[in-house]
Amino acid sequence: MTIKIAQLSCGTEYSSVQYEIEKAARSVGAKVVYPDVSYADINDSLKRFGFNPRSPQLKLMIARAVSLADGKYDADAVFITTCFRCAEAALVRNELRRFIQDNTRLPVVTYSFTERLKAAQLLTRMEALVTIVTRKELLARERQTGITVGLDSGSSTTKAIVMENNKILGKDWTPSGDVVKSAQLVLESALKQAGMEMSQVEAIGTTGYGRFTLGKHYGAKLVQEELTVNSKGAVWLADRQRGEATILDIGGMDNKAITVRDGVPDNFTMGGICAGASGRFLEMTAKRLKIEITELGRLADSGDWRNAKMNSYCSVFGIQDLVTTLGEGKSFEDVAAAACHSVAEQVYEQQLQEIDVRHPIIEVGGTSLISGLVKAVGEVLGEKPIVPPDSQYIGAVGGALLSSGFL
Amino acid sequence: MKVFIDPPNSLILYDLVERFGHEPLGAMASIQERIDNIELDLPPMNVTLDDVVKGLKYAGVEVPSGIRGRLALWGPLIDQADAALIMLDPPFNFGCVGCERSNEMVRYLIRRRGIPALSVAYPGNEAEAKVSVGRIKEFLEGLK
Repeated sequence: MTIKIAQLSCGTEYSSVQYEIEKAARSVGAKVVYPDVSYADINDSLKRFGFNPRSPQLKLMIARAVSLADGKYDADAVFITTCFRCAEAALVRNELRRFIQDNTRLPVVTYSFTERLKAAQLLTRMEALVTIVTRKELLARERQTGITVGLDSGSSTTKAIVMENNKILGKDWTPSGDVVKSAQLVLESALKQAGMEMSQVEAIGTTGYGRFTLGKHYGAKLVQEELTVNSKGAVWLADRQRGEATILDIGGMDNKAITVRDGVPDNFTMGGICAGASGRFLEMTAKRLKIEITELGRLADSGDWRNAKMNSYCSVFGIQDLVTTLGEGKSFEDVAAAACHSVAEQVYEQQLQEIDVRHPIIEVGGTSLISGLVKAVGEVLGEKPIVPPDSQYIGAVGGALLSSGFL
Repeated sequence: MKVFIDPPNSLILYDLVERFGHEPLGAMASIQERIDNIELDLPPMNVTLDDVVKGLKYAGVEVPSGIRGRLALWGPLIDQADAALIMLDPPFNFGCVGCERSNEMVRYLIRRRGIPALSVAYPGNEAEAKVSVGRIKEFLEGLK
């Protein structure tokens, strides 16, 4: 079964990225399709949608979205993409995403591209769209059964979880180095903690950047991208498997904001243009302050970001701000708080504007252990996020939970 | 003479320029050249990363890639044009490049070159169409 991903776009063919989009879709067994519309449909659709942009290609995008919403064209998922930095397109992109969500149950992902876009950057997003369509039953799984292991090979850390009959028995993490060696290290430790041997493990699920390598190495039953796996892990850990929620994962290299309904994602956004607002910026801040990243949160808790203005929009300039601020004699506490606040602000401005935030907000990932960041996210969003126990293990828990579906 | 047409993919303008003995500069030639000579297989528009980077000659890096990609195609044609023929506010099935900001920049680039240019409003009926074609004929015949 080939999954049909409807592309609603402007500028891809003139930005030399259309080939990369189609390549990414092909690599996950999907096909990019373009809803057919007639000239008359375009004008009618614009009237119905109520927004008439000046650019004809955006008018076409709207007509294609209306065609999907009216069920005139059949597709399994929707990919909405426009040029980075185009204001008119950004308005249309976001409103169309909302329109599709209001009128269909199709999973949607939005993306703003530059000419440097490569298929690899879209791989996780396309894979997630395909997973949501093809693995509906698996994603609906709410209980882990048997003895399974989840391995999350992230850009910053590698995590392992051992679960038996819906309980976590062993867990460990380490900074990511060699993909296999890092996984071996944490897996051995987690198994030891669980009092188990590898031979007892009935299924393994892998996720994260190193998922394919680990999947092959361990003969994993589940090799799946982190957007859907993390969502399952997050709602399981937070005990919010039913209803709606927003999962916020400020990662080491990119951030993810995912809206879920009954634990299944239906819209997500993933940072990609810039890593300035990711956990990496906090790592750089901690290094400059000559403290461990684990101390940064506590330090930030007792500081006031208003005393030390900092902007992590670009991590290089952000660090420049940090150096200047320290040079002015500001306290480490205020600087740490400012760094956390800056990342929270950027996540709000870059990620959360691309989705409709649903409540509650579940903050997960390694950065959710930085209390100062959680506080800053709460301040920026006006709502305290839920941080479940073992929140840094979402990917590994999701892997263990979903892989038990193959038993 | 080489006459740039705007919209660059208007078959009607392309045909009119050819009929009156000039060389039309439009999208078709630009895309065809990429397919025939450079043998690029990147449909539908055969625009490459190099093209988008070349578009920096016409617009800065803060300008969206889709605009720079378009300008990389039409900009060099405007640079070599001796004259230009512009249809103002046409419906998009007459010919368009999809992006209004690119359209505005194309018209500005023509103006900046200072070459003879005729702007005609898109006709609303047959009588207006006859007047428009008459003006275009007069303009093209007057080009030496």
